[in-house]
Amino acid sequence: MFDFLSDYDDPTLLGAFWVTVQLTVLSAVGSLIWGTLLAAMRVSPVPLMRGFGTAYVNVVRNIPLTVIIVFTSLGLANIFGVTMGTEDLKDRAFRLAVLGLVAYTAAFVCEAIRSGINTVPVGQAEAARAIGLSFSQVLRLVVLPQAFRSVIGPLANVLIALTKNTTVAATIGVAEAALLMKEMIENEAQTLLIGAIFALGFVVLTLPTGLFLGWLSKRLAVKR
Amino acid sequence: MTSVLYDAPGPRAKRRNVLFSVVFFVLVALLLWWVWQTMDEKGQLEWALWKPFTTSEAWTTYLLPGLADTLKAAALSMVIALPLGAILGIARMSDHRWVRIPAGAVVEFFRAIPVLLLMLFANEFYVRSTGIPSDERPLYAVVTGLVLYNASVLAEVVRAGILSLPKGQSEAAMAIGLRKSQTMSGILLPQAVTAMLPAIVSQLVVIVKDTALGGVMIGFTELLNTRSTLAANYANVIPSFIVVAVIFVVLNFILTSFASWLERRLRRSKRSTGAVLGAEKVDDLNAAEVGGTYGTGAGGSI
Repeated sequence: MFDFLSDYDDPTLLGAFWVTVQLTVLSAVGSLIWGTLLAAMRVSPVPLMRGFGTAYVNVVRNIPLTVIIVFTSLGLANIFGVTMGTEDLKDRAFRLAVLGLVAYTAAFVCEAIRSGINTVPVGQAEAARAIGLSFSQVLRLVVLPQAFRSVIGPLANVLIALTKNTTVAATIGVAEAALLMKEMIENEAQTLLIGAIFALGFVVLTLPTGLFLGWLSKRLAVKR
Repeated sequence: MTSVLYDAPGPRAKRRNVLFSVVFFVLVALLLWWVWQTMDEKGQLEWALWKPFTTSEAWTTYLLPGLADTLKAAALSMVIALPLGAILGIARMSDHRWVRIPAGAVVEFFRAIPVLLLMLFANEFYVRSTGIPSDERPLYAVVTGLVLYNASVLAEVVRAGILSLPKGQSEAAMAIGLRKSQTMSGILLPQAVTAMLPAIVSQLVVIVKDTALGGVMIGFTELLNTRSTLAANYANVIPSFIVVAVIFVVLNFILTSFASWLERRLRRSKRSTGAVLGAEKVDDLNAAEVGGTYGTGAGGSI
């Protein structure tokens, strides 16, 4: 019943899911950094940065991820010559997909963190300012540590959505789970079995993440 | 809110802010200059590539039919997913365990799976098991995938909407002797639907964005798909991407603005119970928040 699985070795089933995991982890780290920077821009005292942050979030959020990912390949790589430091086409597609996922997901991370900043009581920031901390100190030492703890739940949702969104990388030929499923389901007779295998794979990836981060967010919640 | 984070700038802070502004402006300007320069080098700025968008032909042959398909798939998905989601959501709150648990399993299962997988599976299923003609099949597959996913997302929205109503509503209904089904259909659901409207409209944004997946992966002739035909015809890759992105941004911006206008209006309205499920709510819908227990947390439909 599972014989057909051995016909696929580039990538294997596990190999394809490993690419999905790599895409998820790299994009998660990248979008957390870029999203935090965007959030800092959106609350900063410099009007130009505020404007940029707002414009970025509102534009990127409203463009389909598929458009962004396809653009990284057809536009960024083919026209703008962004090769991501590699001549290997497979590696390039992978890195471009990470770039697209980071650009898109960061907009949602930014909004999550900004809503977290808004949950920190006004008194915290006022007290920090009263003892003479600068804007970056207020943000780094007082507000963001509390904001992060309160947004673990929303960030976990973004991470899970990101895990599912990595399948969009299939549109530019990254050999991850969805592309392998497309290949298998078109060539093999066991449609239902293949669908079930890949569905199960994603449930296995997202379920523990959701449970663990749900537990963590309750544990680390700032008690007020 | 932001002003809480910093004092009104004094002379030094003002100078520093100006410095930051200048540095940031130079960085952004450099990036834009590089983009402009490369586009110029590759001939993407030539008028011949942009001119098609000023003629009616590019619009009536490619962009408008594509946009129409995008909207058709999104509208069909929403219309089918909404009642399905309502049934699933209400079933999940049933007093009978044999109804509650299967409904919960279905909702959590379909929320945990990428829409693309559902579309691919639906497409292949229709190829093998039904006689749907091949030119209509992509639409069926896209709508099926979107319905399965969004029905389970909307089920959670419905559940959150009903739970957001004051407890007195169902207590009062019980006190005047209504049955459970009467309480649900006559008292809770009508109020919950009003409360959910903003959340439903913003879910429409997610659906519109997800239709683009079908365009690349299963050949559904929506906007992104017709863009590639157009670009093949006029060799205007970058201009066509920019135009399509602008169309999506404008369309989704209208939907988002409509959702927040609805939300504001409903919050103001005197007739409601004051329970409104905000437009942003869908993003962080999580079983943990709705049900009080740890869910799978498969939410976050971004």
